Amino acid sequence: MQVELDGKILEIEKSMDVSRLLQQFSLSRETHLVVVNDRLVTEDHRLGRDDRVKLIRVVSGG
Amino acid sequence: MKCRVCGQEAHISLRAYNTALCSQDFTFFLEKRVSDTVQKYHLIEKNDTSIVAVSGGKDSLSVWHILNRLGYKADGIYVDLGIGEYSRESLEKIKKVAEALQSKVFVFHIRKIFERGINEIAKTIRRVPCSACGMIKRYVMNKVCIDKGYNVLITGHNLDDEVAALMGNLLYWKKEYLWKKSPFLEGREGHLSRKVKPLFLCSEREMAAYALISGIDYIYEECPFSVDAKSLTYKNILNNLEETSPGTKLQFIKGYLKMIKGGKETSSDITYCATCGYPCYGDKCNMCRLLDRFHIENRIDFDVYGDNLDRSQKMMT
Repeated sequence: MQVELDGKILEIEKSMDVSRLLQQFSLSRETHLVVVNDRLVTEDHRLGRDDRVKLIRVVSGG
Repeated sequence: MKCRVCGQEAHISLRAYNTALCSQDFTFFLEKRVSDTVQKYHLIEKNDTSIVAVSGGKDSLSVWHILNRLGYKADGIYVDLGIGEYSRESLEKIKKVAEALQSKVFVFHIRKIFERGINEIAKTIRRVPCSACGMIKRYVMNKVCIDKGYNVLITGHNLDDEVAALMGNLLYWKKEYLWKKSPFLEGREGHLSRKVKPLFLCSEREMAAYALISGIDYIYEECPFSVDAKSLTYKNILNNLEETSPGTKLQFIKGYLKMIKGGKETSSDITYCATCGYPCYGDKCNMCRLLDRFHIENRIDFDVYGDNLDRSQKMMT
């Protein structure tokens, strides 16, 4: 699957669920939303090999 | 996960409420929360003339969008900080939303008045950019209300912003601010506009989800000068707490609101700037001092976008 985070794109071979993917990147479900193939998904969503995944940071400062 | 309301696939889990919702039911849930906040705290009345302080980010564009959907028509005010592509892109996104909502946007270009951007201004007056930015924004946003006849200034401050600020005020025992946090701040006739925060009880995560689901094209990039902001550190700590104890942020702010009920401190030593009439603690406000410092006589002026819109057309929300 293709994973986009902060403008960088990474390829991940292994299939997993969203919460596992967040753990791999050391990201919290409180600070990031996950969009798969242009749709928002919950943490238990199972990711497939051909999925396009975007990790969206929700926290802003100032 | 299944949607608690319709049983279809859920798109967002809301651990603070021990639930999960699909996009459609989440949209209804969030808009109702905003509507309830507006009504409970009497933030906006139907005959008010409102303006939204917009930055191009998810919160301000979403609150503008939601209020229009709820029937509270509002224009926009944007302070262009002169931060290159970041400011240009923000304004483009704001103009797109304004067009969709058939609303006007007032724009204050810092470079047009000061002939330099916020970073250079901050360096000259030996402040950090966030401090200079806050001072200028507060002034300009109030000014547009007073000059153009808006009696309510709406901001996109969300639950996380408020909880982080409250935590900062507690840690440093800033008594002058500690008891002033509220979904609304009263105005002073002819001097200070009433400020309201309809997203007071909506988390940052919920607002980002709402913007994504509603197709609101907001600026993802962080302001380049806010990367070291203390508020981000506080938000990080609070999100760690939220991760292990969902609902902590909401409980913190709701508990605070109960504590301050009827016991708010009022400041009596406020005076008004002799030059412009803005409330201050001396004979001149910080903004007038800043303008004097740069020998600027052309005072605050706004560009207006969308002034010729056909408002009879249906709003695209």
